[in-house]
Amino acid sequence: MTCPAIQVRDLRKRFHKRRRGSKTTASAEWALGGVSFDVAPGETYGLLGPNGSGKSTLIRILSTLLFADGGDVRVLGHRLPEEQTRVRQLIGRVSVDAAFYKKLSARENLLYTALLYGLKPSVAEPRAMDVLERLGMEERTFTIPLEEMSRGMQQKISIARALMINPPVLLLDEPTTGLDPRSRREVQTFLEDLRRRDGTTILLTTHDMAEAERLCARIGFLAHGRLVAEGTAEVLKRQADAATLDDAFIKLTGARVSDVDTPTTSAKES
Amino acid sequence: MEATLDRTLRQTWAFMFRGYHLTRRYISWVIVFNFYALTGSAAVALIGVAAHDHQLTLTLVVGALLWNFLSILYNEIAMSVAYERWEGTLEYTFMAPVPRLVHLAGVSLFALCNSILNTATVLLGLMLFTDITLAGANLGGVVAVLLASSLAFVGLGVMAAALPVLSPERGAEATHIFQGSLLLVSGVYYPVEVLPAWLRPISALSPATYTLAACRRLFGVGDPATTPQRLAGAPLASVLPELGILIVMGAALLPMGLWVFGRVERWAKQTGRLKRTG
Repeated sequence: MTCPAIQVRDLRKRFHKRRRGSKTTASAEWALGGVSFDVAPGETYGLLGPNGSGKSTLIRILSTLLFADGGDVRVLGHRLPEEQTRVRQLIGRVSVDAAFYKKLSARENLLYTALLYGLKPSVAEPRAMDVLERLGMEERTFTIPLEEMSRGMQQKISIARALMINPPVLLLDEPTTGLDPRSRREVQTFLEDLRRRDGTTILLTTHDMAEAERLCARIGFLAHGRLVAEGTAEVLKRQADAATLDDAFIKLTGARVSDVDTPTTSAKES
Repeated sequence: MEATLDRTLRQTWAFMFRGYHLTRRYISWVIVFNFYALTGSAAVALIGVAAHDHQLTLTLVVGALLWNFLSILYNEIAMSVAYERWEGTLEYTFMAPVPRLVHLAGVSLFALCNSILNTATVLLGLMLFTDITLAGANLGGVVAVLLASSLAFVGLGVMAAALPVLSPERGAEATHIFQGSLLLVSGVYYPVEVLPAWLRPISALSPATYTLAACRRLFGVGDPATTPQRLAGAPLASVLPELGILIVMGAALLPMGLWVFGRVERWAKQTGRLKRTG
């Protein structure tokens, strides 16, 4: 039996909020209240949920930036947080906002990441350049400071950064949010190609139902920190007796359309 | 073994590489800060010139130079987490497979290079404003004392770097309060004996107190044989007690800084504080 690339069992996380004049108290609601799912090697798994449903919390636990309160999380068999150093070598991450040194050029940012991962620049740089060319970026843009680039270009460099380290597992936290239709399509085509060509396991969170339907073999609906439904897009539509994945999502999660369509940075952390 | 060493060296170099390119891109700000450091130091040194007191001028010049060196070293390390948060890169640095020791060593190494360059600039500038000479100073001894005190200051800086992890805004403010307190109690521009009696014991806890006391002797400050033409720098043996204290402080503060940072990082991961935004 093949070991899942990502294995999440009964994952729980609750944030503590400090109130003025009182001791630290636990938040009443669980950000993640016992989430379980598996992602098979080479699979693209979509995690959909309204703002505050726990998607980003889950990605941050998998990224080794957050400790869970309970449950069992493994990446390629390595348990978190005990084996976090090993897991860090196996994951690449693209978040909703391209986090870079904006004054530095794409090349400088990428070389910094290569060195940070202990890679030889001579090995990592051609890999990053290859990704950027496949994403339709011209070589002349590599030396431009990031602050002079469009959001779409920055996001493509963010993808190149994640893939430069050749990770078997890719965590994509709303990678196409805010991109123009052409850039979005280029990124989606690239991700399809990546899974086909390299067999990379992808965990994708998105608000875009069409994107999830196009890219993901299976989809999980997350609401109020719980996985309320899971399956292929067709299974989910059948389960909700809905014509579209949008309708299925709204029926199964109880979310309003406005919760889904207007993602904001401040609402991302749940 | 060799592969691990290669990897570690590359990871350490990553922070030097980043610092170099950020300095290059923010060069106008670097020039402004260096100019400000120079004018501030010159303004202090000219108090001695106005008093026609060579010993006083020398005391102030040595104080200004050493404070430049130590404060930049401390500040660069202490603010490293806050800078990453401002740039928005904090999460990516902390999820990279780089041991925290290597991460902080890389940051400290760049801070050390930055301090040396800044101090050299200020020294050259001060030579334009005063008639100080370095002839006769025990410069080898000064380097030895600065190396020993760097360990202690790196330890303090690493400890302070944990503060912005604890509280993004207040933490950065607290690092400056701590830096200001060191300036006050360490005898940078005056002997610690002039401090109020209740404050004097605290000066004994600051590594800068011993660095300044030792370096002043190595520059010949207070020695009647020192003249405007030639300094009567003391031999290294005369500052061994201070050197010993600095080594002990470094040996204690460096691991303590790493331990504190590790504990705070763990706490931040439990509470969700380790994120781009405050």
